[in-house]
Amino acid sequence: MAAEHSPLEQFEIKSLIPMNIGGLDVSFTNASLFMVIAIVAITLFLTVGMRKRAMVPGRFQSMAELMYEFTAGMLKDNVGSEGRKYFPFIFSLFMFILFCNVIGLIPYTFTVTSQIIVTFAMAAVVFVGVTLIGIFKHGFKFLSFFVPSGVPFILLIVLVPIEVISYFVRPISLSVRLFANMLAGHTLLKVFGGFVVVLGLWLGWMPFLFIVVLTGLELLVALLQAYVFAVLSCLYLNDALHLHH
Amino acid sequence: MPQLEVAHYPPQLVWLAITFVILYFLMATIAIPAVSSVLEGRQNRISSDLEEAKRLSEEADKAKAEYEAALADARSKAHGIVSELKNSMAKEQEASKAELDATLAKKAKEAEAEIRKAKETALSHVREIATDAAKSAVSKLVALDVSDSDVKTAVEANMKGDA
Repeated sequence: MAAEHSPLEQFEIKSLIPMNIGGLDVSFTNASLFMVIAIVAITLFLTVGMRKRAMVPGRFQSMAELMYEFTAGMLKDNVGSEGRKYFPFIFSLFMFILFCNVIGLIPYTFTVTSQIIVTFAMAAVVFVGVTLIGIFKHGFKFLSFFVPSGVPFILLIVLVPIEVISYFVRPISLSVRLFANMLAGHTLLKVFGGFVVVLGLWLGWMPFLFIVVLTGLELLVALLQAYVFAVLSCLYLNDALHLHH
Repeated sequence: MPQLEVAHYPPQLVWLAITFVILYFLMATIAIPAVSSVLEGRQNRISSDLEEAKRLSEEADKAKAEYEAALADARSKAHGIVSELKNSMAKEQEASKAELDATLAKKAKEAEAEIRKAKETALSHVREIATDAAKSAVSKLVALDVSDSDVKTAVEANMKGDA
């Protein structure tokens, strides 16, 4: 089978408008296009929905309010009232991942969150930001986060390195979780899509039926992974603000 | 895997940064304030409506208490009026009864007096008739003109004897 028909072809980055600033490749690619589509869709979803500012919300306003209240509730439950000022960031992050995931499910689109570099960049921003918040808030005491309380000294020799490693693995686990879920789902859909073509009308309905079911599952995964990413960011933020396990 | 081609990383990172920063500012300055102001407005409206409802219900309770008090007052007043009316009617009845009694007694006395007068008149007439009859009887019997005074005396004496 030709390379163009590989299930991984959908993840190929294609430069749409080549650009180069000071030797750095900043081309507008298909990934860039879908990032722009996502933020435009989010902005329209929220501003058009809230346009009427109705006391009794309509369908679109209800959805916009629901997203707001859902994220605000998540932040409040996991971080508390101190997390209030990080709400715009968590909300933007959640909406961005959610819209990229869901838009990616539409055939012939590009899934921004299936790029490890994108998910890793977001996870790294969360990780670095949260660590800096912890250091600024607690100073040297932030290191006590790596020392579990009420543990004998001998055990600390083992536990502290484990704590440190688990802390620094966070951005990797956070980014790979989202990336792998998107990659696996979209690859599976493509593989079964290929089966439909190969088997034709005679037996092709079987993998087609599977695709229908899998698409529903992938929608769930898309919503869930956006939630997981946001909720873990909240938990990390909580760790940095309150320094307890 | 196309995701591992390092050459594609810079444009993605650059565009991710651009789009995410734009999104962050759009959310922070437009979308989130719009939603939160509507939610806050609704919350305020709900709490003010609840307060208003509480106030109105208290007012209704007060009005009900006032109404009940007025009702009790009116009831006691009506009771008073009825008993007063009863008393005055009884008094009036008594008065009219006494008046009637008095009138009847007076009428009875008058009637008695009239009867007595009539009796006296009748008696006096009887005397005259008797005198006349006696006189004519005497004159017829003895052809003798008897004086009136004599007859009268005789009749009177006779009547006294009868009586």
